[in-house]
Amino acid sequence: MRAIYCGPPMATLSELTDARELFQNLTLRELRGKYKRSVLGWLWSLINPLATMAIFAIVFRFVLRIDPPRGDPSALKSYPFFLLSGLLAWNFLSAGMTGGMGSLLANGNLIKKVYFPREILTASVTASWAVQFCIELSVLAVALAFVGNVVVLWIPGVLLVLALQAVFVYGIGLALGALVVYFRDVQHLVGIALQLWFYATPVIYPVEYVPRVAQLSGYEIPFLRLYQLNPMVHFVEAYRDLLYDLRFPPAGSLAYMAGAALVSVAAGRAIFNRFEHRLAEEL
Amino acid sequence: MTSTGAAVVVENVSKRFRLYHERNDSLKVSLLRRGRARYEEFWALKDVSLEVPVGATFGFVGENGSGKSTLLKCMARILRPETGTVRVEGKMSALLEVGAGFHPELSGRDNIFLNGSILGLSKRELDSKFDEIVEFAGLERFIDTPVKNYSSGMFVRLGFSVAINVDPEVLLVDEILAVGDESFQRRCGEKFAELRSEGKTIVVVSHALESVRTLCDTVAWLEHGVVQEVGSAGSVIDRYLGVAHAERVDDGNGGSRWGSGEGRVAKIELLGPDGAATHTVHTGDAVTLRLHYATTERIEQPVFGIAIVSLEGVLLAGPNTREVDLVPDYIEGEGTVDLVIDELSLLAGTYDISASMYDYTCQHPYDHRHRVVRFDVEPGVPRQVHGLVALSGSWNVDGATAATMPRS
Repeated sequence: MRAIYCGPPMATLSELTDARELFQNLTLRELRGKYKRSVLGWLWSLINPLATMAIFAIVFRFVLRIDPPRGDPSALKSYPFFLLSGLLAWNFLSAGMTGGMGSLLANGNLIKKVYFPREILTASVTASWAVQFCIELSVLAVALAFVGNVVVLWIPGVLLVLALQAVFVYGIGLALGALVVYFRDVQHLVGIALQLWFYATPVIYPVEYVPRVAQLSGYEIPFLRLYQLNPMVHFVEAYRDLLYDLRFPPAGSLAYMAGAALVSVAAGRAIFNRFEHRLAEEL
Repeated sequence: MTSTGAAVVVENVSKRFRLYHERNDSLKVSLLRRGRARYEEFWALKDVSLEVPVGATFGFVGENGSGKSTLLKCMARILRPETGTVRVEGKMSALLEVGAGFHPELSGRDNIFLNGSILGLSKRELDSKFDEIVEFAGLERFIDTPVKNYSSGMFVRLGFSVAINVDPEVLLVDEILAVGDESFQRRCGEKFAELRSEGKTIVVVSHALESVRTLCDTVAWLEHGVVQEVGSAGSVIDRYLGVAHAERVDDGNGGSRWGSGEGRVAKIELLGPDGAATHTVHTGDAVTLRLHYATTERIEQPVFGIAIVSLEGVLLAGPNTREVDLVPDYIEGEGTVDLVIDELSLLAGTYDISASMYDYTCQHPYDHRHRVVRFDVEPGVPRQVHGLVALSGSWNVDGATAATMPRS
């Protein structure tokens, strides 16, 4: 039997434009709801990365003795700043992915009762974490100014990388959000995958620590090449270039990030599209 | 307006649901079974085709599981049918559950904007309608309180108020006509009437047959996912009632009847001015409607109701004994209930009487006999010609007065 649906399988562009305000409002709902019931409110959004930074700084700087590279050309040499400039970007990926994954499940009631383009739910969660990331970056920028790194000129570059990363995260969130409705244990897999991914990304260590080649049972494998396939390597390095070293990321890296973002959002939409039509029944 | 004059076109729509025996929602299980989940297929809608004309108030009736809510959800684009198409012309708003998407931590004000935009309203539209929405919900004092502190009534009122102020061209409503207190219900009714008079299309799914009968002009009756009949509200609902309740209690008089049967409306009589049973009375006559009941067991706090229905199916009046707090502690055996009418205000025509016996909540019918007795009214003393009922009062034309219902 051939099915002809009442509309295009996914929301049309005009629908998405109409839904711009809905997107804004849902993003605001996410942001307002996040810390509404806590005494410290928004401060939590800063305390969390600071606490992680303190732990990592102690463990990796003093126990494992990782030597932060000297900023080129900024000449800054500080493990906490080196760490934060990558960790915040990692947190955005991790929170955005997890949030995107839960975005449909958490709004099951809405999906079952009202029609609107469903990917707005995922988009608004991604956007809310992007806003949070921006706030964290602003605080980092102020702190950097105190140690001599004035990043003002590099802000457009940061925003460009942030936009690419947001698209990248959104695509992953779309795919996971739809999959998890059908397969709930995807959540556990994602937890494990995120851990692996974290260590495959130069957040706590400099990328210079990664060997160029590795020996594996007699074969020589181009380890660094493989390592650099990970888009997050490029994202983290790009933020670090802009904030720690004060230089523009290489064009090849930017192109790779743009490509990763496009692939992610195309694949994400394809998967979302494949699973969307029975969402209201499966939730 | 479309060239075809249809607001909603449903063509060959079938909708399948999966009934899972064991829900296959983990990858582990899915891999073990090689992707095959154990489920049965169930067709909630089978090749349904119909059209809702622009400006119509269109109702769906049917038993639970007949597919009427599924069809409504397909119209609302929440469910996607396996086959067929649904086309909705113009801006559509669905009132399936009020307050869906309210955020408990946010204030009523914030939630109006949030929920409004979910329903497709722009910020500008919401700004201009904000006061109206708040006033309609009657929540002026609480609008900056988080909705988690609202009573359930306040919550529902706010949700309904936002949804109904969307001003859609096509409004889909599922079983939510009965929200809030009496004054709120009245305002809802007025709002519906306003939408109708503006030529908006309304599609209603409800079990409250009497409200469907009064609200809708066209009704579709669904049974097991198949359209049985589409036609004028009164006639379709009567036939639906006849079938839906025929299996339960056999009725000898041709009218339909339902209820649990512990107490029964044994007989209904119309007594004329002379106190004798009759089938013909005159406008302005003193008449009595007498209900004979019989019970098989003691029934606590029964409520008796009598209704008069026009031939077209319009419910003209339906008073019950609870409205006047005349509820006996219990009844046992047989007895009679009289509704004494000093001056019958019905104009000439033919009418049916329904009678019922419910529990105190008016939710559980012991016996409901629908349109059991038919009677004729002949022209009587108030010489009014048009309409169904005579209005009492007086005319005053340039100082000369005359009562509309002169006493003889």
